[in-house]
Amino acid sequence: MAEILDKDIEMEEEDTQKGKYLTFVVGNEVYGIEIRYVTEIIGIQAITEVPELPVYIKGIINLRGKIIPVMDVRLRFNKEPKEYNDRTCVVVVDIGEISIGLIVDSVSEVLTIPDEDIVPPPQVNKVQNRYIKAIGKVGNEVTLLLDCEKLLNDDEVAALSEI
Amino acid sequence: MMIDDSQRDSMFELFIFETRQLLEELEQELLQCEKTNQIEGSIDAVFRIMHTIKGSAALMQYRNISELAHAVEDLFFILREDKPQQLDTPQIIDLVLGAVDFIKDQIACAESKQAVDGDASSLIATLHQYVAQLKAGDEPVKEQNVMKETDNPGPEAPGYEAVIHFEPGCGFEDVQSFALINDFKQYATAIRTVPESFIDDEDGIHLIKSQGLKLTFQSDLDMEQLKTVLEKNAFVKEVVLTCIEDEGKQTVKSKPIIDLDGEIPQPVAEKETKETRVSEPKTKQSNGEAGVKQSLISVNVNKLDLLLDLVGELVISEAMVTRHPELDGLPLDNFYKAARQLRKITHELQDLVMSIRMVPLAATFQKMHRIVRDMSRKLGKEVRLNVVGEETEVDKNIIEHISDPLMHLIRNAMDHGIETAEERRSKNKPEYGTVTLEAKNAGSDVLIEIRDDGRGLNRERILEKAKRLGLLTKDESELSDRDVFGFILLPGFSTKEEVTEFSGRGVGMDVVVKEINEIGGAVLIDSTPDVGTVFTLKIPLTLAIIDGITVRVGKSQYSIPTTSIRESFQMKAEDLITDPDGNEMIMIRGECYPVLRLHQLFNVHTEVTRIDQGVVTMVESNGKGLCLFVDELLGEQQVVVKALPKYIKKVKGIAGCTLLGDGSISLILDIPGLIQMMTA
Repeated sequence: MAEILDKDIEMEEEDTQKGKYLTFVVGNEVYGIEIRYVTEIIGIQAITEVPELPVYIKGIINLRGKIIPVMDVRLRFNKEPKEYNDRTCVVVVDIGEISIGLIVDSVSEVLTIPDEDIVPPPQVNKVQNRYIKAIGKVGNEVTLLLDCEKLLNDDEVAALSEI
Repeated sequence: MMIDDSQRDSMFELFIFETRQLLEELEQELLQCEKTNQIEGSIDAVFRIMHTIKGSAALMQYRNISELAHAVEDLFFILREDKPQQLDTPQIIDLVLGAVDFIKDQIACAESKQAVDGDASSLIATLHQYVAQLKAGDEPVKEQNVMKETDNPGPEAPGYEAVIHFEPGCGFEDVQSFALINDFKQYATAIRTVPESFIDDEDGIHLIKSQGLKLTFQSDLDMEQLKTVLEKNAFVKEVVLTCIEDEGKQTVKSKPIIDLDGEIPQPVAEKETKETRVSEPKTKQSNGEAGVKQSLISVNVNKLDLLLDLVGELVISEAMVTRHPELDGLPLDNFYKAARQLRKITHELQDLVMSIRMVPLAATFQKMHRIVRDMSRKLGKEVRLNVVGEETEVDKNIIEHISDPLMHLIRNAMDHGIETAEERRSKNKPEYGTVTLEAKNAGSDVLIEIRDDGRGLNRERILEKAKRLGLLTKDESELSDRDVFGFILLPGFSTKEEVTEFSGRGVGMDVVVKEINEIGGAVLIDSTPDVGTVFTLKIPLTLAIIDGITVRVGKSQYSIPTTSIRESFQMKAEDLITDPDGNEMIMIRGECYPVLRLHQLFNVHTEVTRIDQGVVTMVESNGKGLCLFVDELLGEQQVVVKALPKYIKKVKGIAGCTLLGDGSISLILDIPGLIQMMTA
């Protein structure tokens, strides 16, 4: 609950972007991230592999002179890897001081989801939904709203980088 | 809200930067005085610096700093105005250096966001005491001066009259007035003040507080200009300016009541020449000082980094355009002509940006004078510091890393290297020791030597200690002098039995090595008993651009700094030696080097796995070698070093990354790191 409160406070600051989510598809699900995190969306690029990184960090790319890491969201969610194609997109997000590209199957649209249509995720005794902050209802569909901070700052990442 | 904060931040930054610079300048000035044992020439400079510090500290509301600066200013005011005959220069210098240290301390506190609340009262009290002492000795002279000046009211009528009111409670009205008049002197002549004397004169100060400072003067400026000039002074609340009818303003005999140049009042006979003499320093100032100031601007380093990034991108996009695959085979003579021009300009631009970031070592070297001075006093050894080649330039971010190592090495040299005066005499050496700090360019490196003429390193004692600590891996006789001396760079190694305030704890030397390694440099030691020791720091000119050889492993590209490559060759399969643990090595000219397969280390898939298919590149750092096995060499080029994204943190064996001409990314290998990894 505290997270949701936090989010509300942050959202007030970003009034124009309030309630807007960029939705994308990974596997069969539709995910959403708050639009204020997103800086741009680019097609898949040549990725330079960097050793010693977790599998879901595919490497680094050159974004007009800026070098950023890219994360395969599929692998992050422990799904089967899939060949990249022309629908594959890199969503560049700025979270805190970190810029990172998220590789997703495809990008859908920008949606406005009012607060009353957002519900907390169900309490399941599994760790699988730890990246999901809330669930948004859009018509008959549901969108899983991602917690970007958790996506990046996970204990396993920290542990792996310290090797 | 946000803007206010950022404004304050930038003001704060500027304050720290400026004050630091001023303090350094001040230190230089004082050390110069100490050498010549004459303070007269520097009084103005010290006064000016302290005044600036006082003003900015007051603005930042660091009361302790501003009060201390004020006390120093008081002292120098007396020195300047009264010219006391018998000056105890060393004592004055000590007093001021004490104040400098205090302010430095406080600034360090401020910078690390701690409370700036050091107590300066004892320093201030000492200063006041000294001032009182001086005054007591020179009172009569001063009064005479004032009398003489006030007794000669010029007959000529001045052009303007101004009444200046200071902000109530600004404090130090006398000094404010003095500063104002001093500044105003460049715009007006024949300045007279009411009250006529106010420095340290309670009545005068009171008059200024209640009725304002009244100035009468002649000036070529018009009312508006004068008003602006006067109002821009600190703490001025109000200026009332009136024009006075004048009859004799051409009279040359006019003379400022307060002799602002600190000159001894001249006899009446000389008065005619006074006017020109007064204006002389003024023109000098405007030619010299203003000229220098205007040709320099200080720029935030971040902006320079940004500029460097942009130029780096420009170079890459230039290559992407002019070598675009779609242009292949087209007859485009004019296009290529234009492209060549573009390339030339972009490269010039790149060189220029790099040169902007280059800073001479002078400032860093000059800091060492102070250390030598303090150390010589405390150790009771007379040591002279010789500085050579301080104009040598290195990149800004490297300078930051060498100041501490230099300090350590100089302290070490003075504490351990230089003998006591008696010992030196018995060895037929001059009584004073000499430490030489020399910088010179050597290719893409800069060598900084710290030489002392002390007792030199004791090979036997170092060996003994190394044995005790279990550091010896080879037989004693096999170790070269350099190897042996290299031991003292290891953590926890100090042959000095007693620990002094400055050195002997065995920290320090390994800190030196760590800092220097961090910027890709190396430390070398040479020493001859009773002749002295030479520490050589070999540091790269710049971190931002390196010459690199690009190699390919599978689909990945890596860059190896050219400076660390010794040779590259193809190897025969039978030359490869494998030990029972599976470690591979090769014998080259009688020495055995480990072989590191990059594709194994980085887990890269490649077709080239047989040792005779690929290329072996021998790299070296700190005297240790390592052979890297790669698929092929792609070529040499200058690369712009970029840090890996923060998110990735540190990867073993990778120092950073760079963009190649075609926009792809190449990882830069961390050669010292790899060698350490393999040999440790």
